[in-house]
Amino acid sequence: MLFLRFLEEEKLLDNQAKYAIEMRNVTKTFGSVVANHNVNLDLREGEILALLGENGSGKTTLMNMLSGIYFPDSGEIHVHGKEVSIRAPKDAFDLGIGMIHQHFKLVDVLTAAENIVLGLPGGVRINRKALSEKIREISSRYGFDIDPDKKVYNMSVSEKQTVEIIKVLYRGADILILDEPTAVLTPQETDKLFRILKAMKKDGKAIIIITHKMNEVLSVSDRVTILRKGEYIATVNTAEADKQSLTDMMVGHSVSLSIDRPVVEKKECRLSVRNLTCLSEDNVPAIRDVSFDAMGGEILGIAGIAGSGQKELCETLAGLYPAQPGSSIVFHRPEGGDEELVGHTAAELQKNGINISLAFVPEDRLGMGLVASLDMVDNLMLRTYRDHSGPFVDRKAAADVATRLVKELEIVIPGIHTPIRRLSGGNVQKVLLGREIEGNPHILVVAYPVRGLDINSSYTVYNLLNEQKKKGVSVIFIGEDLDVLMEISDHVMVLCGGEVSGIVDPRTTTKEEIGMMMVHVDNDRKENQA
Amino acid sequence: MSAQASKEIKEPLFRITKRGSITAGKAWAIRGLALLGALLTGALLILLLGHNPFEVYASMISGAFGKKIAIQETVKLTIPLLITGIGLAFAFKMKFWNIGGEGQILMGGVAASAVAIYGTSLPHVPKLLLMATAAIVVGGLYGMIPALFKAKWGTNETLFTLMMNYIAIQFIMFLQYQPAWQEERTSFPKIRMLDASAYLPKVFGVHIGWIISLILVFVAYIYIAKTKHGYEISVVGDSPNTARYAGINVSRVLIRTMFLSAALCGLVGFLQVSGSDGTLTENTANGVGFTAITVAWLAKMNPFAMVLVSLFIAVLERGSSSIQTSHGIPSSAASLLTGIILFFMLGCEFFINYRLVHRGKKGEN
Amino acid sequence: MDIVFNLLTAAVLAGTPLLLGTLGEILTEKSGNLNLGVEGMMFMGAIAGIAGSWFTEQWFSGGGFAAAFVGLITSFLAGCLGALIYAFLTITLRANQNVTGLTLTIFGTGFGNFFGELLGKKAGNFVAVTTETKNAFAGAMNFGPLSKIPVIGQLLFQYNWLVYLSIILAIAMAWFLNKTRTGLNLRAVGESPATADAAGINVTKYKYAATIIGGGICGIAGMYISMVTCSGVWVHNCVNGYGWLAVALVIFSTWSPSRALLCGLIFGGLKILRLYVSIPGVATQIYDMLPYIATILVLIITSIRQSKELAQPKSCGLNYFREDR
Repeated sequence: MLFLRFLEEEKLLDNQAKYAIEMRNVTKTFGSVVANHNVNLDLREGEILALLGENGSGKTTLMNMLSGIYFPDSGEIHVHGKEVSIRAPKDAFDLGIGMIHQHFKLVDVLTAAENIVLGLPGGVRINRKALSEKIREISSRYGFDIDPDKKVYNMSVSEKQTVEIIKVLYRGADILILDEPTAVLTPQETDKLFRILKAMKKDGKAIIIITHKMNEVLSVSDRVTILRKGEYIATVNTAEADKQSLTDMMVGHSVSLSIDRPVVEKKECRLSVRNLTCLSEDNVPAIRDVSFDAMGGEILGIAGIAGSGQKELCETLAGLYPAQPGSSIVFHRPEGGDEELVGHTAAELQKNGINISLAFVPEDRLGMGLVASLDMVDNLMLRTYRDHSGPFVDRKAAADVATRLVKELEIVIPGIHTPIRRLSGGNVQKVLLGREIEGNPHILVVAYPVRGLDINSSYTVYNLLNEQKKKGVSVIFIGEDLDVLMEISDHVMVLCGGEVSGIVDPRTTTKEEIGMMMVHVDNDRKENQA
Repeated sequence: MSAQASKEIKEPLFRITKRGSITAGKAWAIRGLALLGALLTGALLILLLGHNPFEVYASMISGAFGKKIAIQETVKLTIPLLITGIGLAFAFKMKFWNIGGEGQILMGGVAASAVAIYGTSLPHVPKLLLMATAAIVVGGLYGMIPALFKAKWGTNETLFTLMMNYIAIQFIMFLQYQPAWQEERTSFPKIRMLDASAYLPKVFGVHIGWIISLILVFVAYIYIAKTKHGYEISVVGDSPNTARYAGINVSRVLIRTMFLSAALCGLVGFLQVSGSDGTLTENTANGVGFTAITVAWLAKMNPFAMVLVSLFIAVLERGSSSIQTSHGIPSSAASLLTGIILFFMLGCEFFINYRLVHRGKKGEN
Repeated sequence: MDIVFNLLTAAVLAGTPLLLGTLGEILTEKSGNLNLGVEGMMFMGAIAGIAGSWFTEQWFSGGGFAAAFVGLITSFLAGCLGALIYAFLTITLRANQNVTGLTLTIFGTGFGNFFGELLGKKAGNFVAVTTETKNAFAGAMNFGPLSKIPVIGQLLFQYNWLVYLSIILAIAMAWFLNKTRTGLNLRAVGESPATADAAGINVTKYKYAATIIGGGICGIAGMYISMVTCSGVWVHNCVNGYGWLAVALVIFSTWSPSRALLCGLIFGGLKILRLYVSIPGVATQIYDMLPYIATILVLIITSIRQSKELAQPKSCGLNYFREDR
């Protein structure tokens, strides 16, 4: 206790110590993967700190150690000047730290109010009236709009986020951590969120916002801390930073993102999609009236904010998701002859050899593209194990392919009989992409192919896609990073709310224009293009 | 807030981390230790009852292997466990929780008995073949019912298969009251003894079921590890979504595999009726359907390992009935001991997959 | 009319152990643990109840209320012990819930029969409690004038105290789950442990507590069978599938303690229906299939309707490990 009092006194003497959080040399490993290595981070009271880094740079892991989800292997954490040990989320709450996760942590079958009060101390019975009252009070102070008695499974994404933020405020948190809060929001919702964050800052709250979007960093934060590959790089004042300098620190060396866009002379239409409509699981249209042509020898980039129908679009193309009547997807064989794909199941397409012509690298690599517990050989057989007759599988042929792919794509793997789940994200993607290309497809659909990959693996993927394009394959690239899409694609199709808001030539279109199309369907413009 | 923060908070004493990998030797050493721990716990129990644990364990082993007839009896107990274990493992590999082995065995037994009772005039070998076929088909179809509902509506198979066990038992009790199934000139509710021509031949004093079971071990291994069907089972079991992506008809694999799983259980019903008991009762399955679940699980679905595990459990059961006569310890000790051993084996997997890290010195200052 | 009365009262008596087992399992499943060891825990409770009462009689010479009370406590503790083993294996050591539950059934069945036989030997040929103790269990409660009201008195006020205890327990559990803070937290743990954890709820503690108390209630259900259904005599294999039926009933009542009240009555009725109503041409063994067939029908219907609220807690059957990734 004496020691503690001494600390208190020292704090009084030292008026400079206005740090809400100080992290010192924090390290966290998962098995053999180092997620954070000797990371430092300071958060002042009454400021907004942006935590910037690429996907997989360890931002979320670092923040999860503040919120008590993970426990650091080594290093120190100080909160308001005192060293603490955060073993569980409860410890984080007691310290006034609240985190809003990217994947909302809400219980679907409970109401907003029930979710907000979850886990809090208090009387045996829940006083619902007082609870609603307090929620309304917080809502009006910051300008939220919420019905306390609405069940979470009936809510929109933005409503759910609101519940998450109120939940944290209700607990009296003065340190807020938001993990990529704008990924799922419309621009209007984003603006509103930023206004709220600034209001909270004025209230004296300390806020960390995790992001990899440069514009957001510049518009909302006071300072920026940059992580790269799990390492601490630097902290700079936002006022003294610009896009270029931040990018340099984030990616390590000055990259102009120069991705090749080779020109292919001979182009043929490979796939004609007309009036494609399909329903989501809740029976509302997930994509509506989508029409486009995909050319051999081209990369068609598909842009849009998360959840604009990308998933349904590629699964429908791959024959895994039913299209509504009136839709049409016609595959033009290179040797002549057309094939209507709508109305056939994946199994039927497989029988007709269609799904080898159309290769698909899904977003969920281990949950859909690969079998995590099987080895590389077994995973390579997935598409072809039926191709020869007889009741037995042919592992020898697959093993040969595996050995060759390991060499060609420089896959880091203990052995071809290691379960795929033990591989790192980049190597998992190489196995998956390698298998899909191995089938010599005519059409290659890739969904978020570089998500979670480091720079080098990403470029390997870009090169592989360009090689396919040069071979005359029609590549459909669903991406989230506009810069990448605009450098690699021959055309960019923009989706907004399940509709096509335009198909543009990225060489003659600005990023801002595409950004606008992502959030707004301009019917006049569509008319003009048609 | 800061007042609370000043509370002394220590690091947790132990942290749990996933092991990257572990050598096979080390894993088996951990399992060996767990078995030892279970036997010690059993010994403690025996000691509390006032017996010498060494004597009791020795008596169990000699009860299972001491005489020729004891060995034969032990093998007879092993056969149904082994085949049912193999059958259930098919379903488990697909993450389909078939806990209806009991009912599938009984329905196989019903089908085999029906052939013997209504087809008395059939000659020996064709009769046996027909009995086996009927048992396999009926057992398989009985197990296919929950699979159909699972495939169509995702109906919970654990409870569905479980309920089917009790329906099968009630059905046999119903048959016991049917005159055609009873001994002639009696109305005692009991299914009659089958003719000698419906009995399986014996090799080395045990019905040929033991040869069938060993053949099945190899066939099952090849089916799972080498065939397209086996490959599809692995894919569906790990990720139905990937299976769908690969164009595998998940429902068909589900229904087909469940038919095979239940068909093997049905075969066990035939072997019990025709080889072991000579008749059908509501106790023909005698808990085999449940015990075999643990056989499959302990053997990690490996058919060769199942030979050892099922033999081990048979020794426990056989040994327990011998200590009932020699030491007056109730034979229910078998399930008690099986339970204890299983608890230890289940628990030890944790130490194979995870590592405890003791907190460093730093936290103690 | 007499047949209907008799059927109803018999259904209540036969449904009570089912109701208790169901309540125990509902509490357990609300924490996200699918404990298939109900049968085993009921066996443990059955033998512990009878042993507790019997030893009390032996040591204090004389049965009655005290012996009954000790039986209640010991059966509860025995159920807790079974559930504790399950909880330790699945929550702390992350073993598979299905296999662990089945093992608990094997173990508990062995436990019950083993100690039942052992106790039988100790007591001479078989264990039986004294008539006073038996009456303390099975005797009807005295509600004074209420019990004498025609029809209603007969239907509502003439059961043993365990019947009323289980009804109160069902109502209390419904209140607990829907109205209290702890109940809300427990439901969150079963629906989404990661969310509960992030909200500062000690998931491990809740899972342990719900599973162990749930097991204790299953233990009391077992005691009801040995002390009331079997009249205080140890009968080999006495639980005989009641535990499994309770697991089925949890689904039948769609995880609601208040609906379990009604469903327990229906199942109890189906269990004893053949003793009261006979339909010509339908064998009595077919009646005995009805509860199982009814459960299968409910399973099928609930799976077809796919209701969000009338469903099993979402994390049921899955173990939770915070650092998993």
